[in-house]
Amino acid sequence: MTLSASLDKDLLLEMQRRMLRIRLFDERASKMVKRGFIPGTVHTSIGQEAQVVGACMALAKGDHMTGNHRSHGHPIGMGSPLGPLMAELVGKATGVCKGKGGSLHLADYAVGSLGESGITGSSIPIAVGAGLSAQVMNEKRVALTFFGDGAANQGVLYESMNMASAWKLPVIFLCENNHYALSTPAHTVTGGRIVDRAFGFGMPGIRVENGQDVLEVYDAVAEAVARARRGEGPSLVEVMTYRFREHSEGLRINTDYRDANEREFWLSRDPVALFRAMLIERGIASAAEMDAVEAEIAQEVEDCVAFATESPDPDRSVAFADLYSDAYLLEDVL
Amino acid sequence: MSIMTYIGAIGAAQQEAMAADPRVVILGEDVEANVYGTTGGSKQRAQQGDFVQQFGRSRIRNTPISEEAIVGAAIGAAMTGLRPIVDLSYSSFLYMAMDQFVNQAAKNRYMFGGQSSIPVVFRSAMFYGLATGAHHSDRPYPMFMGVPGLKVVAPASASDAKGLLRTAVDSDDPVLIFEAVRLWGTKEEVEDGEYRIPFGVARTRRDGSDVTVVGISGCVPLALEAARQMEARGVSCEVIDPRTLVPLDTRAIVRSVLKTGRLVIAEPAHRTCGAAAEIAAVVADEAHHALRAPIKRVAALNMQIPFNPVLEAEMYPTTERIVAAIEAVSADQLDTRTRRAGR
Repeated sequence: MTLSASLDKDLLLEMQRRMLRIRLFDERASKMVKRGFIPGTVHTSIGQEAQVVGACMALAKGDHMTGNHRSHGHPIGMGSPLGPLMAELVGKATGVCKGKGGSLHLADYAVGSLGESGITGSSIPIAVGAGLSAQVMNEKRVALTFFGDGAANQGVLYESMNMASAWKLPVIFLCENNHYALSTPAHTVTGGRIVDRAFGFGMPGIRVENGQDVLEVYDAVAEAVARARRGEGPSLVEVMTYRFREHSEGLRINTDYRDANEREFWLSRDPVALFRAMLIERGIASAAEMDAVEAEIAQEVEDCVAFATESPDPDRSVAFADLYSDAYLLEDVL
Repeated sequence: MSIMTYIGAIGAAQQEAMAADPRVVILGEDVEANVYGTTGGSKQRAQQGDFVQQFGRSRIRNTPISEEAIVGAAIGAAMTGLRPIVDLSYSSFLYMAMDQFVNQAAKNRYMFGGQSSIPVVFRSAMFYGLATGAHHSDRPYPMFMGVPGLKVVAPASASDAKGLLRTAVDSDDPVLIFEAVRLWGTKEEVEDGEYRIPFGVARTRRDGSDVTVVGISGCVPLALEAARQMEARGVSCEVIDPRTLVPLDTRAIVRSVLKTGRLVIAEPAHRTCGAAAEIAAVVADEAHHALRAPIKRVAALNMQIPFNPVLEAEMYPTTERIVAAIEAVSADQLDTRTRRAGR
């Protein structure tokens, strides 16, 4: 029996809520970039919601997570409230990072989100460190790090996998294989399969072929989490998924790099629609209940945009705080 | 008080920090075997056992040779409850982990709006003048001074090495300590109990009235020797060791230059964009009116380091070069005094 079979209705609906939050939050963020309400750009997780939420929901309170440039889904998946996240994208004082991180550098320590990273692969060893502290302090928490098929070719991943395996650290290496590093097809720059690299480091490697099914992702990650919590060490989980939109919003490139048939295949596998249909089909929730959940999240997203819009800009003094823990250094800095 | 070597003082500070706080762990290549003498092994600690015996293998760990993961994992561990001391051994190995130092350690607290505390200490040893060749001879601290968010420490004596390391472990920010290997064997009287030396407070190693000589790291003993030689020739030098480069005690340096009107800065790093360049700029800015001579830097040439010891010796500041710089800035004074002596 798979672990997800034991999930009750509340948790299943919570999965759908979190996927919807990511979908609607990112759709809105995309529009706000286009209209100039969000400075800079954003990288949406649209199409990858199941991969994000299935992994995050397999974690427990007190666990840690580090992420990458495709950065909004991860804290949302961990349960971070939308208002301060959207305010951060807009750069407001009420942003989760006081307006100093922005889209690429979200972090919400209250939910175990230790930080997204604009540098590909850079946050992977941070999760290894969170696993190390758990082991030294004899705490039963685990750490999960999200990285893409692009980051799978960074050397730091292998240093990290080796260290975590040698020390049996409670770490889950989660590769979000969305098939492309910006415009470069993963198979053209990757030798062998990413999941097979786990073997070389003496850890289990699990590939979720249908990463659009949130329960399949959940089951694979939950098994890796259970193993880590038992003190048996790290795992690599490669989740096959697809990014529905471009690498980043506003990026104008020739889209020929994607095969039309491939694109059509994946677009027909929308994780949010698939899970809704599954819940209804299995008799877990009615269509009316699912409509209500969708309306509820749509309202949450409306509210978070209003919150972000109405929030004040940061006071200028904020730019000169938080570099060091002690204030006396400030005069040295300025 | 007892006499301690610089390297022994570092070992003592690590021992105290480990004993005082179970969150302190030591990570590094070959730390379990105490290869460099800072994790057990002096006479006193041999009686107590080495660090592995005292604290167990969970808290003192040999790492794989993976600097990027070592540094990144130490940062992550610091963000989640530990207070790691990382022994990176040769300072040139820091380059392997530049992304983690610059993009994670230095930026996370700021970027995440103050959510992170990153209490981690990175120790590394500056091997230079020891025929270790280009890859092992490095003094890279100025590069890290240019990264806001890091604290940079360069002790020049045993008592400072001990007290500054304890402060580093207490700091909630990432601290890089650059140790001068040439000073490892030098001895000094060190307080017996636990003590801390605050960051950002320079140590005046010698009072003087004619020339301020700022020495950094391994150049401090050279500056003191130069000052002794110049005293015999009637030039009184004040020797200041900033001890920490970020934060930098610019006030102490400026105050001294306001008194002496002359400044020589000696450091083992390259001349371009070195600590001396920064100090010279601060003094030019804040004490220009008091200067009676141009500021002189005595730094390593902007060259790579040759293996041959005779060739290598050409690269770094020496007592003679510091003396020459002091002579240059105090030429007027020397002339006067020489004339007086001649009468």
